[in-house]
Amino acid sequence: MPDGDATTACRDELLGREPRPTIFERSRPGRRAASVPALDVPDRPLDDLVPAALRRSRPARLPEVAEVDIVRHFTELSALNYGVDSGAYPLGSCTMKYNPRVDEQAAALEGFRGLHPYQPESLAQGALELLHTFEGWLCEIAGLARATLQPAAGAHGELTGLLLMRAAHEARGRSPRRVIIPDTAHGTNPASVVMGGYEPVPVASDAGGGVDIEQLRSIVAEGDVAGLMLTNPSTLGLFEEHILEIAELVHDAGGLLYYDGANSNAVLGISRPGDMGFDIVHFNTHKTFSTPHGGGGPGAGPIVVGEELVPFLPVPIVERRDDGTYFLDHDRPRSIGKVRTFYGNVGVLVRAYAYIRALGPDGLRGVSERAVLNANYVLAGLRDLFELPFDRRCMHEFVVSATPLREHGVRAMDVAKRLLDHGVHPPTTYFPLIVDEALMVEPTETESRESLDRIVAAFRAVAREAAEDPELVRAAPHTLPVRRLDEASAARRPVVRQRFPEDGEVAAP
Amino acid sequence: MPTGSSSPRPDGRVALDYTPHSEADVRELLDAVGVGGLEELFAEIPPEVRYQGELALPAGLSESELAAELERLAGADCPASGLVSFLGAGVYDHYVPAIVEAIVSRGEFLTAYTPYQPERSQGVLQSIFEYQTAICELTGMEVSNASMYDAGTALAEASFIAGGQTRRGRVVLSEGVHPEYRQVLATESAGFGPRPEAVPLAAGAATDMGRLRDALGDDVAAVVLQQPNVFGALEDMAAAARLAHDAGALFVAVVDPLSLGLLVPPGEYGADIVVGEGQALGNPMNFGGPGLGFMAVTSKLMRRLPGRLVGETLDIEGRRGFVLTLQTREQHIRREKATSNICSNHALNALAAVVYLSWLGKEGLPALAELCARRAAYLRERLLELPGVESYTAGPVFREFAVSLPVPAARLAEALVPRGFLAGVPMSRFAGAFAGRGPASGEPAVASTGRSPRGETPGAAGLDDVLLLAVTERRTRAEIDAFVEAVADVLSSGEARDA
Repeated sequence: MPDGDATTACRDELLGREPRPTIFERSRPGRRAASVPALDVPDRPLDDLVPAALRRSRPARLPEVAEVDIVRHFTELSALNYGVDSGAYPLGSCTMKYNPRVDEQAAALEGFRGLHPYQPESLAQGALELLHTFEGWLCEIAGLARATLQPAAGAHGELTGLLLMRAAHEARGRSPRRVIIPDTAHGTNPASVVMGGYEPVPVASDAGGGVDIEQLRSIVAEGDVAGLMLTNPSTLGLFEEHILEIAELVHDAGGLLYYDGANSNAVLGISRPGDMGFDIVHFNTHKTFSTPHGGGGPGAGPIVVGEELVPFLPVPIVERRDDGTYFLDHDRPRSIGKVRTFYGNVGVLVRAYAYIRALGPDGLRGVSERAVLNANYVLAGLRDLFELPFDRRCMHEFVVSATPLREHGVRAMDVAKRLLDHGVHPPTTYFPLIVDEALMVEPTETESRESLDRIVAAFRAVAREAAEDPELVRAAPHTLPVRRLDEASAARRPVVRQRFPEDGEVAAP
Repeated sequence: MPTGSSSPRPDGRVALDYTPHSEADVRELLDAVGVGGLEELFAEIPPEVRYQGELALPAGLSESELAAELERLAGADCPASGLVSFLGAGVYDHYVPAIVEAIVSRGEFLTAYTPYQPERSQGVLQSIFEYQTAICELTGMEVSNASMYDAGTALAEASFIAGGQTRRGRVVLSEGVHPEYRQVLATESAGFGPRPEAVPLAAGAATDMGRLRDALGDDVAAVVLQQPNVFGALEDMAAAARLAHDAGALFVAVVDPLSLGLLVPPGEYGADIVVGEGQALGNPMNFGGPGLGFMAVTSKLMRRLPGRLVGETLDIEGRRGFVLTLQTREQHIRREKATSNICSNHALNALAAVVYLSWLGKEGLPALAELCARRAAYLRERLLELPGVESYTAGPVFREFAVSLPVPAARLAEALVPRGFLAGVPMSRFAGAFAGRGPASGEPAVASTGRSPRGETPGAAGLDDVLLLAVTERRTRAEIDAFVEAVADVLSSGEARDA
C-alpha cells in the first residue's frame, strides 16, 4: 500500500483494488493444468516426424499454472466486469437486453455445437432445418425475400450489403460510385462504404432530426448515386417520417436503399423495412434477438434482401427439397462469393432462433412496445435536467445533451463515469456526433419499472452532484476497481502485450 | 390494451416473455409518459408504413416446449463430435477442457458489451490483454489484435493492410491457402484493396516456388502462404518470405495455432502479418462458427491493425489497468478514414482461447501437438499400406495430410458413414479452387495466375480421389486401427467404386 493505511487497505480490498497479476505473472516453473492422453502409437524420434529445421527451438512462454489457479484468476476477472446479468445497461444503440439462459442451453446441445462444417448434410438435417426456418422468419420480420446468415457482425453485414448493391448495379450495367449517409449514421456505415469500393456522401439532418430532404434532393440530382444507408429509427431514436419520399427519391435515381437494423428493437411487428422501401436490411442478432454480446462478440449480422438481389447472395444458402430434406446450395452462378468461411456464426443463430421461437409474433411486438414505453418513461424522468435537441416522441432510445452541466465544468464523459459509482452502466456518450455532449439512452424492454426508476434516480443524483460538488463528478469513478484510466498515454506509448522480465524493457514502437 | 405474450391464450398456454412488466406496470408507465395507450407511442410512424397484420411466425412457446423443439432439431443431427471423425480443413475436433465452458458461461463475461467503459470492464480488458500476449508468444510476433471473426475475414484484412502499407495493387496467394479463405478474400476485395491472384502447387502439394517467383513483381503488396497448407504439406516459409521481401512485398503467414506447439513460429521466418483460425483453441466446432480469427503483426504495422486492441495503462492513482487503445484507427472516430469497418471482436471466443492456452501451458502445448503428430503419422502409415492408397501430401506433416485413393474419395467417405466413421474431407468439394480447372458451378473460382495450362500441375490432375484426414488427440489407436480396417474392407468390397 502506498500509504500503509489500514483503512485504505480495507477499502481497496472491498473495491477489488488489490494488485491483480496477469495469468502470466501467476506462472511458476513446473506447474501445470493440462493432461494429455497416453501415447498408444509407436514411439519414435521426433526428427523422423518433423525435421528439426521445421520445429520451434523454444516453447511458447505460456503460463505454468494449476487448474485451480486458472479458475480463480478468471473468476476474479469476471468480478471486475459488468454485464446485463449484473444490472441495468442503458447503452444507446447497443440494445443491452436480458439474454435468456434457455438460449444458452440450446446452443450448447451437442447436436449443434459438435457439428463439423464439412460433415455430410444428411447428418446435419436438424441444423439445416433450423437455419432455413430462421432465414424465413427474418424475411417475414423484414418484409423481404431471402437472406444470408453468413455475416458475423453488423458491420460485416453492412459490407456484405454493399457488395450485393455493387453486384446488382453491375447486373443492371451501371457503375455508380456514391452512397449517401446521414450525418447521424453509425461510424461503421462510412467505413463499410469505403471497403465496398464506394464514396460516402453525407446528408445533413433537418431541424426535426430527420434527413434534410432538400439537401438529399440536390445530392441525388448530381447523379452517380448507388444507394443510401439509413437507420430507422435513427440514432437519435426518432422515426424517419419521410421515409417513403426518401425511398422514392433514391429509387428514381437508380439507387438502392440499405437499412441499418441496429435499431430494429423499436419496430418488430410495428413497421417492416421492406414496406418502408428498403432493398437490403441487416439485423444484429446480438441486439434485436438477444444473443449475448460476450464482451464484444461473437454476434451475427444476417442480411435480408428483396427479389432483385437474391441471385447475388453469398454461397451457400440452405434450401429445402420437395421431400422435406435440406441442403446447402452452392450452385448459384451469380453469387458474390463468400463473406465468411462456412455458414456463419451458427452457434449465435441457434440462440436467435430460440428467442424468436419463444416469443412468437405477439411477443415480438410486445418487445418493441415495451422497449419504446420504457425509453419514453426514462425520458420523461430526465427531460427537465438536460437539453433535448429534438423534442419529439422517442422510439426505443433517446438522445439528450449534457450541455446544461457545462456551467459547472462537468461534461458528458464525467456524467458517464459518475453513473458507474451509482451502480448504473452509463449511456453511450458523444454519439451521434451532431449532438453536443450527447448522452444516448436505451433502457430496453427487459428493465422493470423499479430498474427504470433507479436509472432515473442515478442520473438525477449525478446532475445534483454536478451542481453541488462538480469535482466529485469530474474525478469519478470513486468506487470501482480502478480510478479513471489514462487512455492518452496508453495510445502514446502502447503496451499491448505482457513483457517478461528476461526480455528487459522493450522500446515502444 | 397492452399486448405481449404473457397473457394466457385460449389454449391455456403461458408463453415465454422476458419483459418484467405486469399489465398494471404498463398502465402506470403509460400514465407517467402521458399517453393513453401503447398505440399512441407509435403515432409518428406514417400509416402507410405501419404494419397492420400479425407477423406470420409461429406462436410463442413455454420454455419446456421450446427446449423440446430445440432438442428435436439437435437430435436430428448426428454431430461429428459423437462419431469417429477425421474431418479437419480448418475446424478440428479437439477436446475442450471443462474449465473453459465454466468460465466463458459466467454472466459477467457473457452478457457484457464491448468494454467502452474501461473502469467497469477490467475483467474482459485484462483477459484480452492476456489473449494478445498468448498469441504473440505462439506466433513470435510483436502485436496481436483482440481477435476477429474468422480466418477468412482476417486474411482479407491482412491483404488490405498490405495494400495500404505498400500502395501496391496485387496480392499473390498460394493455392495451398484454404480455398474458403481465398474465396472470402476475393469476395471482400471486389471494390477495395489489392487484387488477389493464386499460384499453383507443385507435386507433393507444397507451393510451386518457381511459379511463385514468376508471379512476383514491383506491384505485389503481399505474398500469402499457409503453414501447414490446406493439404497438410509443410511449406518452405522462410524461402517464400525471402522472395516476398526481395520483391518489396509483405509476407503473410496463415497458420494453425496448435501447430505452433511444434513448428517454427512465423516471427522467426520473417512474417509481417500472421492470421489464422483459432477455433481449435478451446472452442467447439459449432458447424463452423463462431470460432475466432486471429491476427498478429510486426510493431511496424501496429497502427494499421483492424479491429480492437487492448493496451496497458495506469489510473490516476498509479494502479495498473487496461483500456482499448489506438482507437484513432477505428471507425467510430475515423469514420470513412478508418483502417477497417470492424468494431468488434470475438471476445468470448478469445477468452476461451486464453483459458485453453493457460490450461495447456508451456509444456502441455508441445505435448499435445506431438501426440497429434504421432497419431497422424501412424494413421498415414497404416493407410499407405493399403493397396492403391498413395501419398498425395509429400514429406512431413503435422496432424493433417491427404492421400489419393483407388476410388472416389466422396464414395469411400459415404460408405464409411454407416460404420460410424467420418473419413475426412473429400477434396473434390474444392474442385475449381485449384489451377487448371474451371470453377465448379456456383463457386466463383479464386483468380489464378493464368499461367498454368490445364492439367499441367499435379494439383490439376483431378481431386476426385483425394481425401484429407486430420487426427486430434481424441482419436485413439484403437479407433485408428478400426478405421483402417473399415477402409480396407470398403476398398476390397468394391462398394465405393465409381458407378
